[in-house]
Amino acid sequence: MTISNPIHLAEPMVERSSGRRDAIFKVRELEVTYSSKAAVRGITLDIAPNEVTAIIGPSGCGKSTFIRCFNRMNDLIPGAEVKGELLYHGLDLYGPRVDAVEVRKRIGMVFQKPNPFPKSIYDNVAFGPRVLGRKDDLDGRVERALQQAALWDEVKHRLKASALSLSGGQQQRLCIARCLAVQPDVILMDEPASALDPIATTRIEDLMQELKQSYAIVIVTHNMQQAARVADMTAFFSVDIADEGERTGILVEFDRTDKIFTQPSDQRTEDYVTGRFG
Amino acid sequence: MSTAAAPIGRPRRDVRGGLFYLLLLFSVGLALLTLAVLVGDVILDGGSWVTKTLLLDPPSVDPEIAGARPAILATIYLGLLVLLLTVPLGVATALYLEEYADKERWYNRFLEVNIQNLAGVPSIVYGILGLAFIVRGIGLGRVLLAGAIILTLLTLPTVIIASREAIRAVPDSIRQGAYALGATHWQVVRRQVLPAAIPGIATGSILALSRAIGETAPLLMIGALTYVSFDPTILGAFTALPVQIYNWIRQPQDEFKLLAAAAIIVLLVIMLLLNSVAIIIRNRYQKRW
Repeated sequence: MTISNPIHLAEPMVERSSGRRDAIFKVRELEVTYSSKAAVRGITLDIAPNEVTAIIGPSGCGKSTFIRCFNRMNDLIPGAEVKGELLYHGLDLYGPRVDAVEVRKRIGMVFQKPNPFPKSIYDNVAFGPRVLGRKDDLDGRVERALQQAALWDEVKHRLKASALSLSGGQQQRLCIARCLAVQPDVILMDEPASALDPIATTRIEDLMQELKQSYAIVIVTHNMQQAARVADMTAFFSVDIADEGERTGILVEFDRTDKIFTQPSDQRTEDYVTGRFG
Repeated sequence: MSTAAAPIGRPRRDVRGGLFYLLLLFSVGLALLTLAVLVGDVILDGGSWVTKTLLLDPPSVDPEIAGARPAILATIYLGLLVLLLTVPLGVATALYLEEYADKERWYNRFLEVNIQNLAGVPSIVYGILGLAFIVRGIGLGRVLLAGAIILTLLTLPTVIIASREAIRAVPDSIRQGAYALGATHWQVVRRQVLPAAIPGIATGSILALSRAIGETAPLLMIGALTYVSFDPTILGAFTALPVQIYNWIRQPQDEFKLLAAAAIIVLLVIMLLLNSVAIIIRNRYQKRW
């Protein structure tokens, strides 16, 4: 991981209460390469606050690679390189003086498979505040995060129990609580419900609707119905196969979700959302 | 009933599976039987010789009043020193190799191959090395500390390999989850990887230590004395239980051979105690969350 001089990112400039829709992220011609092979390229889109932005597309189209650019998780993969511009409140996240650790404090992430730490429920949620040195009122922080993640009532009597004793859906909500305890600005979700049953999935989807009142949410999903249900904006990614057989993810269409699903402007989008993807 | 209905009720004979199961039983049985015979023989020979004299008195030319107190103490000192030297060095090396080293670099690969090789080097070679470099080279002399250093070198590769396995067994999703919350590399290692790896590290370290305190050859090589009648000090001449046993077995009197068997029982008990410490540490850390 690159350790550069940590700078303090500007406080979120967006007034949440005002109806302004200044983009939180502006992505311009983004390209990610693994050992100089492009995984995705030419991505340009804006992510708005207080909205759920879904990224859909077939397997191998670079959805996960793309979402991991926002919190610089790709830094952890040897040989991964990000080109183009990714502006967060106007600041280039891949600029020379930006510390990846600082970025991840602002931009939280929930993973595909629930990954609670092998510790107590309390310690899971308290981990973020602890490593960030925010140790005042830790109990309050833990309680608020668990309440926001709609898990508090189920676990308040057994905060010292192992996080691994929770069900899959509870574990995923714990991971969301863990992420909220850091008080991020944005929540990234990489197929957060793909390992869950339909009831647990519904709870996560309801939760996303709650959370978007306060956060920008970017979600990767392979489930189109899910995108249609939860997302305000939808980006459709596809795979571009070059003459030499090299496969690269590209952004085909980015629009309001209802438009993507009812009157897409690109044939490839229409084929995909109507199930005629070939 | 239709004729197409195949008989599904009759169990099929799984001949190969059965044979394999028998083979497994045979292997386990052989190992257990060997152990039982060895332990039984030793207990029959030396059981009645495990006395207060053996535990608390210094050796003597008269087997009736001969004890192994200096050897027992030295073995405990050696064990503690080896643990103190091996665990920090071994765990640090394993953490470097697993969490920090760039595996593309030639020197890291070189390091890995060498550690694997060192684990297979016969202990007598470590004895020669110790004699040349530690006892004579840096002039430490034939002292207990020199013995502890040799045993440390001997156990280090095993501890490193066991610790690396334990660290590698920590799922990557844990690291990713911690990084995503804004933890630094150090915080991820210190607060997630290391605690999760402790049970494996403890098990590996204690098993390596058990082997070290049973070693005779390298200690003889650097000149552990076979007859020490005073309590050992770190910078003084020393013997150790395996060396004492070796010495007693060489004596012409039969009583000394029985005394050796009794000393073997003491050594086995010390090893069992060490192993149970490993199990306690493992269980404690597994239950902590």
